[in-house]
Amino acid sequence: MDIIDRRLNPKSKSLGNRQRFLRRAKAEVKEAVRGAIKQRKISDLGRGENVRIRTRSLREPSFRHGRDSGKRDAVLPGNKEYAPGDVIQKPEGGAGERGTKGSDQGEGQDDFMFSLSRDEFLDIFFEDLALPNLVKAKLKNLKSPEAYSAGFATDGPPAKLNRVRTMRNSLARRIALRRPSQEELDEIAQEISNLKALSPHDNQKIVELTARLNHLLHLRKVVAYIDPIDLRFNRTEYRPKPKTQAVMFCLMDVSASMTEDLKELAKRFYMLLHLFLTRHYKEVDIVFIRHTTEAQEVNEEKFFRATDTGGTIISSALNEMIRVVKDRYPVDDWNIYAAQASDGHNFDDDMERCMMMLEAQVLPLCQYYAYIEVHSDELISPFASVVWNGYEMLTEKHPNFAMSRVSGPDEIYPVFRELFSTPEEAG
Amino acid sequence: MITPATATRSSNLLYSSSEWSFELVAKAYDAIHKIGVDEMGLDIYPNQIELIRAEQMLDAYASIGMPNMYRHWSFGKHFAREEGMYRKGARALAYELVINSNPCINYIMEENTMTMQALVLAHAAIGHNHFFKNNYLFRQWTDATSILDYLTFAKEYVADCEERYGIENVEAVLDSAHALMNQGISRYPMPRRSVADIKEKAQLRRAYEEQTYNELWRTVPRSKLAASLHLDKLSAAAAGEAASLDLPQENLLYFLEKHSPKLDEWKRELLRIVRMLAQYFYPQRQTKVMNEGCATFVHYEIMTTLHERGMISDGHMLEFMHSHTSVVFQPSFDHRGFSGINPYALGFAMMRDIKRICLTPTAEDRAWFPEFAGNEQPLETLKDAWANFRDDSFILQFLSPKLIRDFHLFHIHDDSQSAFVEVKSIHDERGYKNIRRRLSEQYDANVGDPDIQVVSANLSGDRRLTLHHRCRRGIMLDKEQCDRTLLHVAHLWGYRTKFMEMDAETGELVREHEALPMP
Repeated sequence: MDIIDRRLNPKSKSLGNRQRFLRRAKAEVKEAVRGAIKQRKISDLGRGENVRIRTRSLREPSFRHGRDSGKRDAVLPGNKEYAPGDVIQKPEGGAGERGTKGSDQGEGQDDFMFSLSRDEFLDIFFEDLALPNLVKAKLKNLKSPEAYSAGFATDGPPAKLNRVRTMRNSLARRIALRRPSQEELDEIAQEISNLKALSPHDNQKIVELTARLNHLLHLRKVVAYIDPIDLRFNRTEYRPKPKTQAVMFCLMDVSASMTEDLKELAKRFYMLLHLFLTRHYKEVDIVFIRHTTEAQEVNEEKFFRATDTGGTIISSALNEMIRVVKDRYPVDDWNIYAAQASDGHNFDDDMERCMMMLEAQVLPLCQYYAYIEVHSDELISPFASVVWNGYEMLTEKHPNFAMSRVSGPDEIYPVFRELFSTPEEAG
Repeated sequence: MITPATATRSSNLLYSSSEWSFELVAKAYDAIHKIGVDEMGLDIYPNQIELIRAEQMLDAYASIGMPNMYRHWSFGKHFAREEGMYRKGARALAYELVINSNPCINYIMEENTMTMQALVLAHAAIGHNHFFKNNYLFRQWTDATSILDYLTFAKEYVADCEERYGIENVEAVLDSAHALMNQGISRYPMPRRSVADIKEKAQLRRAYEEQTYNELWRTVPRSKLAASLHLDKLSAAAAGEAASLDLPQENLLYFLEKHSPKLDEWKRELLRIVRMLAQYFYPQRQTKVMNEGCATFVHYEIMTTLHERGMISDGHMLEFMHSHTSVVFQPSFDHRGFSGINPYALGFAMMRDIKRICLTPTAEDRAWFPEFAGNEQPLETLKDAWANFRDDSFILQFLSPKLIRDFHLFHIHDDSQSAFVEVKSIHDERGYKNIRRRLSEQYDANVGDPDIQVVSANLSGDRRLTLHHRCRRGIMLDKEQCDRTLLHVAHLWGYRTKFMEMDAETGELVREHEALPMP
């Protein structure tokens, strides 16, 4: 009998099956994931999720008897009152033996709940999305080293010793140089002691054997078991890998006209953006700028949580952005993105300045500039807002400018997809 | 390790707390092995005991209880479902899982208490193990020594195919094969003919013809009968075709693997893998009651013996009794938790009952079981039953009137056309025989599985494949399921496939399905 501890075996042995399963149920899982995001609070947008899916594509049919035809007999336990010849009314809607078996299986077949991990959830959620035009014409000369294994070396740290190679060399050398084995020595020693035990010593033979033994012992000393020349080490080399750098500017209007609901909407959008960027582009810097009549670069926490109010001057935010770019993100080295959210209000005299700044300074800097305008449902006016009107002209002239409107949490995701879908998907 | 002197001197307890350790498990196993093998005379494969975590148990569940199973999305689906149920607390995990292999692999869970470890060792490592090694179905149909190697081969083969031909393509074949898994079983042993045998036979035949050749026979005119046969070439060709295809054939997977006109070699091998697994599990499906009954009986005997000898404390014995009784609990038909007859309950009760009949039979038992009532050899009688029966024959042979009374069994007849279910017989003098026969039928795999056969395959013409389902007692197939499954048959066959449901008694056509392979 053997007892084997398998508890330490690699985890997630079933991962391959799970991936195949998720791929199979992709359409359904996607639907469920997108539905799930609508009901979420901002703080747990990125959590894993229990999803309930209808398993249309996951059915495993087989030839089995139907429940609605033919005659059956069954033996059941626990009779209390029935006598032969009794008849029992069948329960409504269920044929067969009380309908218990049938219904259980039926339900289990058609839909079931299971949980997705955070990673799986986000993978599905952000599938097919990407930052447009990520690679700059002038590629960065900044390169990061990437390790890869490159054969074997005769030198290296002990931790990288390749035991198989080393022992192979050692064995080959020992055979080639005829290093005597311990058994061989033992055998001769045994023979000598046997000869000595005999009463008439065969001295000649003993001397011969002793000489041989000494010779072999000498050989063993000279030919080492493992020699420095046997040693082989795994060799790791580094090769430089070109890196793309990107920065995303998040500009948000937090003025008084933005009600809590609107801010909530805008924040949701940025939350998605933030999640998306941190997940797919580890190297992306994010700069948060909030503005009323004046703009301010803030950290993530403040951007999403702090509340202050005032009037609206959008150009202040653009100014701040330009300042940050000049300070820290030289245009030649960085892919620059910007997303702006507002309710469409701006001081009238600021609009002109805004347009000029965008046209002349901001848009030429940017790989992509997305504007989303948030509305509350009740207040959809037939007239477009000041900002919308102004920006609309830009879409024609600048392919790297896009705009969209959102009036409820459930529209955020489609709009997000629209703005960041990969060209293939966008068609 | 220092053990308290009192514990070692004053008692021979195997363990004293509920925590298990490797030493304690080994010690308990030795004691259990001694009782099971040396004293009860059970015959087992060597055991290999593996400790696993809950996740690993779920994983084993999902891949139909086999370690090292090939990859397929359906296992991922079952895993996700089982995991969901387990997380919610809707389902507890099994304490053990045992594999019919040599050496016999027993998975035991790390969450188990020491008493549970002892229980599962007695149950699986001795009880199931003995059954696997001795029951005729397992001996005839499964090869315990090679199954693990075969699984490894299958896993590597499937992975290799995925790499070569793409995951989707492999999945499509496996999906179709899985759908036909229950029709991938040969219920009667096929004649084992190797290619070498066939060649040898053909050679012998030719040699005989050459030796006995006589020129004279050639001049003798042919008989009328032979001439008329000669004329009827067409039907002869058809008959020849049917014969060369081994028709009719109940093993769909076998048929498709051998004769499907369009399948690539690797696809045939995949069908073969699924077919081998289906065949491997077939004995388990037919011996649920016996297998579990045997294991439960054995663990009960061993645990009570351990307790009698003071090797298990009273407290731990109570813990054992608690799990044992919940395992063998049989809810009645109107109970909320009823889901058919519990194989553990029925099996265990029958084994205990056989022991009772051997030792202290009543007059009724002597009348019903003259062959062994009062023979005072309960273990020999049971071993014989374990070796030579399967569920249906076991029940037909050994279910006693006393058990029918104890379980309050009754037999109902259900006609789908009628709004009522009729009670045919109950646990009384007139009902015993009928109930026993009906219960046995309930466990007969030949009755439970639909009777589906390949009846013709037109290889020279339009290549249409025809299947028949012989409906017993008017029970037709679930239409939707049938249509979907038929698509899988068509997919593997590659041409139009026809499925006819015929009444088994009258032979008339009840329903017809047809499927075309997807382009």
